Amino acid sequence: MHAKDDVARAFEQTCRRFTREQIEPFAAEWEEAELFPRTLYARAAEAGILAAGFPEDLGGTGKSTLLPLLALEQMIWGGSTGVVAGVSSHGIALPPIVNLGDDAQKQRWVPPVLRGEQIAALAITEPGTGSDVAGIRTRAVRDGDTYVINGAKMFITSGCRADFVTVLTRTGADAHGGLTFFVVERGTPGFTVSRSLKKTGWRASDTAELSFADVRVPVSHRIGDEGSGFIALMQNFQNERLALAFMGHATAEVALHDALAYARERQAFGKPIGKFQTIRHTLADMATKVQAARALNYQTALRCERGDVDVSHVSMAKNFAARVANEVCYDAVQILGGMGYMRESRVERLSRDARLLPIGGGTTEIMNELIARWGLGL
Amino acid sequence: MKILVTAKRVTDPDSKIQLKPDRSGINLDNVDFKMNPFCEIAVEEALRLIDAAGDGETIAVAVGDSDATKEIRTAMAMGCDRGILVEADETQLDSDAVARVLAAICAKEKPDLVLLGKQAIDGDSNQVGQLLAEYLGWPQATFAYKISLNGTSGATVQREVDGGVETVSLTFPAVITTDLRLNEPRYASLPGIMKAKKKPLEETTAADLGVDLALKVESVGFEPPPARQAGVKVKTVDELIEKLAGEAKVI
Repeated sequence: MHAKDDVARAFEQTCRRFTREQIEPFAAEWEEAELFPRTLYARAAEAGILAAGFPEDLGGTGKSTLLPLLALEQMIWGGSTGVVAGVSSHGIALPPIVNLGDDAQKQRWVPPVLRGEQIAALAITEPGTGSDVAGIRTRAVRDGDTYVINGAKMFITSGCRADFVTVLTRTGADAHGGLTFFVVERGTPGFTVSRSLKKTGWRASDTAELSFADVRVPVSHRIGDEGSGFIALMQNFQNERLALAFMGHATAEVALHDALAYARERQAFGKPIGKFQTIRHTLADMATKVQAARALNYQTALRCERGDVDVSHVSMAKNFAARVANEVCYDAVQILGGMGYMRESRVERLSRDARLLPIGGGTTEIMNELIARWGLGL
Repeated sequence: MKILVTAKRVTDPDSKIQLKPDRSGINLDNVDFKMNPFCEIAVEEALRLIDAAGDGETIAVAVGDSDATKEIRTAMAMGCDRGILVEADETQLDSDAVARVLAAICAKEKPDLVLLGKQAIDGDSNQVGQLLAEYLGWPQATFAYKISLNGTSGATVQREVDGGVETVSLTFPAVITTDLRLNEPRYASLPGIMKAKKKPLEETTAADLGVDLALKVESVGFEPPPARQAGVKVKTVDELIEKLAGEAKVI
């Protein structure tokens, strides 16, 4: 359908099997427990899901935009976006190291994560700074052969149990030019998890507030030159936003699937509710939105695959899919009625999970700013 | 050691099957396909036996149309070294024809062991392994749930039989068919899928192998199972007993 080659199709099949065997049967339990077992990373590594898209010399399968997105798309069918986000937190935590790090840094931090042995998290957002990245206040100050880091990070996916965190800090006064990435490993004195955060959705993923109090790391933990953080972050955002966009159309697709199955079975006034015009037209609209979001996402991903990364296109894809996910989930819950409001139903969970999509990785409002500035020249 | 293993393409057991309007067969449009799960177990076991033997080669074979190369690639993604596709019209095959094709491949490849799924989940015939062993004149062990090598000259196989386990010992060359509990197949991982692209896949035909595909069994027609009747709820145990005795007549 979308110019997928044999490798992509075979990988989809593997991801489907992984989802059916390793996520779907346990999703409800993990959502209630607000955590999934660490062993899932090892299982995902066995399927090659963690290695997808990373360079071969680091244990990856070679550079690819589409392959990791296909894995996300399939895993959403497991019914827990939190699990998907947690399992793939390396997808945003490793690229700054891969793109800016030296060989020693790459070899030290990347392969163990792709083997499922270590968990990586990315820490950008702060209690006082979200979309306005230039406002980052976590500070790294050079002291001989070390840096001393002070500050706090907020809403960090996989933050509670990450073995290391890729942290964006301020090393200079310039709003954008003064930002630098560091790797901080768990157990480094002064680096602590302040709290595990309770969320509306994405419940199976751990989300943390992190505290850095005089955390001393060697210069070898600085990723790239001082001041190189902002550009690396902007590149990273494109991948993250595409990932969220794919999660969006996949979420909508699953919700549509469940609503359709319910509309076929559920009887009212002597016939299946799917035979009533109001329901069938709602389902028709839902299907159209899913199709449109998926088409835009694939078109954007394939352009990125060709090296044509357009910030405004990626932002449009993310916004559109996030909106479609929420609209379709809302309708799916409505079609399932009381059942759709029960925690045992997949659409209930997905409808809560979907709410993050217009917020995470850059809000709808920030996306619109980017579209206006870079796409429309306003 | 050299192991030949089958990788049959079947309809995905999780997809809904519909009959053609004239009931001459299954409607294969819009149906997902995958490797027969019993074949996946056979592939996994072949790879483990080669690991245990320390050295050897595994060859994945499928008989079917060119789409069946996907399942051979999956077997190679799991770790098989090379593949053979015998091109044939899948709708015009019976167990005997497949067994004779495999026998011809065995004559050429001379494997020490042929591993097959005990049956394919589409036709459920459970005949190919047995027929193949007969045509080759090789010993066979069906429904294997545990296989251990006796050096490179043979294997001890535990078979699941009614009411227990039968242990048989056979000398190579031999045919073994795999049951459900033998192992848990590994993933066709993404790195494996990429490696499989470069592995050799030979395509041949029954005619090239000198095998006549004349059918001995013909499918005459297909019928869907009868629709299930709605159940009834009973209020008391007495009512249940009455219904079981009076209506169902099972007690």
